[in-house]
Amino acid sequence: MKPTDIRKPDYFHKVVDCQWACPAHTPVPEYIRLIAAGRHDDAYLINWKSNVFPGILGRTCDRPCEPACRRGRVEENNGEKPEPVAICRLKRVCADNKDADAIRARMPKPVAKKNGKRIACVGAGPASLTVARDLAPLGYHVTVFEADAKGGGFMRTQVPRFRLPEEVIDEEVGYILDLGVELRGNTRIDSMKDLLAQKFDAVFVGSGAPRGRDLEIPGRREAAANIHIGLDWLASVYFEHVKKIGRRVIVLGGGNTAMDCCRSSRRLGGEDVKVIVRSGFEEMKASPWEKEDAQHEGIPILNYLVPKTFVHENGKLTGMTFEKVRAEHDAKGRRKLVPTGEPDAFFECDDVLIAVGQENAFPWIERDIGIEFDSEWDMPKVDKITMQSTLPNVFFGGDAAFGPKNIIWAVAHGHDAAVSIDKFLNGEDIHERPEPGVSLISQKMGIHEWSYDNDISNDARYAVPWRDKAQTLKSIKTEVELGFDAKSALAEAQRCLNCDVQTVFTKDVCIECDACVDICPMDCITFTQNGEEADVRTHLSAPALNLTQALYVSDTLKTGRVMVKDEDVCLHCGLCAERCPTGAWDMRKFFLEMTHAGPGCHKHAKKEAA
Amino acid sequence: MTYIAKPKLHHPSLTCNAAGFTRRDYEGAVSTLCAGCGHDSISAAIIQACWELDIQPHRVAKLSGIGCSSKTPTYFLSASHGFNTVHGRMPSVLTGANLANKELLYLGVSGDGDSASIGIGQFVHAIRRGVNMVYIVENNGVYGLTKGQFSATADLGSKSKKGVTNTDSPLDMVGMALQLGASFVARGFSGDKPQLVPLIKAAIKHKGAAFLDVISPCVAFNNHPGSTKSYDYVREHNEAANRLDFIDGRDEITVDYAAGELIDVTQHDGNVIRLRKLAASYSPHDRVAAMNYLHERSAKGEVVTGLLYVDEDAHDLHGHMNTVSTPLNRLAAKELSPGKKALEKINAALR
Repeated sequence: MKPTDIRKPDYFHKVVDCQWACPAHTPVPEYIRLIAAGRHDDAYLINWKSNVFPGILGRTCDRPCEPACRRGRVEENNGEKPEPVAICRLKRVCADNKDADAIRARMPKPVAKKNGKRIACVGAGPASLTVARDLAPLGYHVTVFEADAKGGGFMRTQVPRFRLPEEVIDEEVGYILDLGVELRGNTRIDSMKDLLAQKFDAVFVGSGAPRGRDLEIPGRREAAANIHIGLDWLASVYFEHVKKIGRRVIVLGGGNTAMDCCRSSRRLGGEDVKVIVRSGFEEMKASPWEKEDAQHEGIPILNYLVPKTFVHENGKLTGMTFEKVRAEHDAKGRRKLVPTGEPDAFFECDDVLIAVGQENAFPWIERDIGIEFDSEWDMPKVDKITMQSTLPNVFFGGDAAFGPKNIIWAVAHGHDAAVSIDKFLNGEDIHERPEPGVSLISQKMGIHEWSYDNDISNDARYAVPWRDKAQTLKSIKTEVELGFDAKSALAEAQRCLNCDVQTVFTKDVCIECDACVDICPMDCITFTQNGEEADVRTHLSAPALNLTQALYVSDTLKTGRVMVKDEDVCLHCGLCAERCPTGAWDMRKFFLEMTHAGPGCHKHAKKEAA
Repeated sequence: MTYIAKPKLHHPSLTCNAAGFTRRDYEGAVSTLCAGCGHDSISAAIIQACWELDIQPHRVAKLSGIGCSSKTPTYFLSASHGFNTVHGRMPSVLTGANLANKELLYLGVSGDGDSASIGIGQFVHAIRRGVNMVYIVENNGVYGLTKGQFSATADLGSKSKKGVTNTDSPLDMVGMALQLGASFVARGFSGDKPQLVPLIKAAIKHKGAAFLDVISPCVAFNNHPGSTKSYDYVREHNEAANRLDFIDGRDEITVDYAAGELIDVTQHDGNVIRLRKLAASYSPHDRVAAMNYLHERSAKGEVVTGLLYVDEDAHDLHGHMNTVSTPLNRLAAKELSPGKKALEKINAALR
């Protein structure tokens, strides 16, 4: 194996699993340490810079960071149930506990002198707002067009209030609008041609995937009065056009929207609410914790039932029949749902909510203006890196770009599109992407003292306390989760392994005394003969079977061997460095920050640095 | 030393041995020795060996004297019996303990100061008597706790950290052990665990006085150019007589070597030590030849390591004394004072 080149930002970035998994690459361990230190303002601003909506995401994020979290792997075979750090809910802690006035004072101020360039954003969801946040402070005049009165998009109109209080949205959307962003509410864009005619320098489309998929099965039309599209129904609930629902409710679909639908139903008069899904419980798209929340509220989830008919009497819905199926895998491993042959199941109900997926819809984009769509899905052709469409000054992001994802992906798209727009309007090649800003700094404070807390907590994951069920089911506006209190927030923060504090090996001073090998609690380090990676992986102190995790390999040492460290389950406890007599191991904090739109992403910035 | 305890979390693939313990269960408190100390590697090798042999920690007694090396029993086998004796007196206390209860595994851990200087007389007699034990000397050639003066095993002409040359002749503990009748004599190096772990395992399984000299560089005071006990010097001059594969009675012997390259040594309990010869003419069964070989190589400045001598049919102190099969500490008043009649019988036999 070749010696690892730690100068490449990706190497240590991958070791920080959470940050690598986060679409916006938020420096997670850094803000968790700040939360542990009680520096909520600083933690909030690190989040705000990178993911724009810390308070919102701290309650609703899909948390791709958590399945990636090293703590989950480290706890395997070490206790009851391996669990990642509660990263998402720790983020909420800094949002809840920050000093709002101090935060406001540290926000960028509206630019006094604009640069004369005008940007239009379609839709005021997370993608557009991120573009606006990144570009407004640079002097761009950003106009956000929104069909509803207020900004926030899906976060405001579809995510129910018992998960996300409106004041959190108002606050975080407000921070962006306060940068001098112009929001044109109640303004639906019906024609891209007309918008382009207004001579904006660039247009960003962040209009989401607003159309809920319907279910065309017998009885759909006849019983239409009691059958609702989940997405539209949630919006109607938000706008208070809908204030109650029948006593018996069936929710069709296994995604997070279905979970929001069933839990909302419970609060609007639904007593017998059930979720029914086609495939297996495990395969449901909803996040495990959202399923858990629904079940906690007494909502059963029935699986392997394919909707067959809406049953109605005298024009009124009375129930639904379902075909019972089981999963079978063909030779290629593809799953098929095969009827079991049992009699169909019938469930009585008063209302049905259909939450079987959402779709993009661009009836407002004319097909003859240079924005190409693919023929198969009728989606705009968008570059995955630059977010540019085939019309050079039109960019897409969020669900509008590649179909339904989530808030944090929308934010990441927004950052990328903002970089592209900024470079585009400065006459630069938008395919040249800026490198992230990276630093690697020793954390050594004394012989055995580090500027981070390297004592590893043995605690299991802390649960976020819930408000009493009797209380939360009474009102759709009562937030269910209470958030961590100070004590459990600190304890949960201490579970973080500080994976950004890297073990850095300097080959030239190593005397091969084995001290690091002996002390390492996870058997990560081996001094061995070099060879092919597949072979080396089997000959280590502990086998390195997780191929997604890198081996850190040194150049050849004095004895002809190499140092190999398996990054997989390293605790970043620093004991290797503490036991190293020569300082060949050092604990260095790797800080990586994505380069957003602005001078840093311009070409001349690179030249100056070189 | 470190300020934090070693985290309890362990590698997810860590397994239990037949005794139901993981390797981590054989650890002790976190070491307070200097970073990089060879002694810590020896502790790790002892932990590994005991885990691999499925040893029950509560059936082990670890005894030591005074010094850096004698601190190490705290850092392994925390569930075993331990005894820190007066300086240099470990061999006597171990002998006494062994006489009282021959069923425990006795692990004597000492250093070149504790055994070669103040305790040399004790060392000599424990070996000479053939006490059933593993006697490990963690040999770094200096008095580490008092900041690096030459010890009795420092080689003539070797240099101290300050540049002073040693003018005293060294005491060769391996040579002495051979001469004193130890039935298992080996030398290892803390920086070579693949050799050291099987040596410790073989020594543990040997019935009789097993002496193990382990060169263990003192990183703080004896790891500089001019030292003959530094990592670099030992690596450059290491002359391994053989490589060991310790084969447990249960394991099938599957590896094939060319004829003449292997020597199988069967121990009392059926365990086999398989030696791969590195020095062509070397036989570990010949005490005199071993002494000659050792001196020849030593004269050339080489450090001979490996299993140097083993007597497969060794007897221990209890054998020599023909003690009863029950450990003495379990003999009750009934056995110890059998009554007037028995006494009369004994007296009659002596008349």
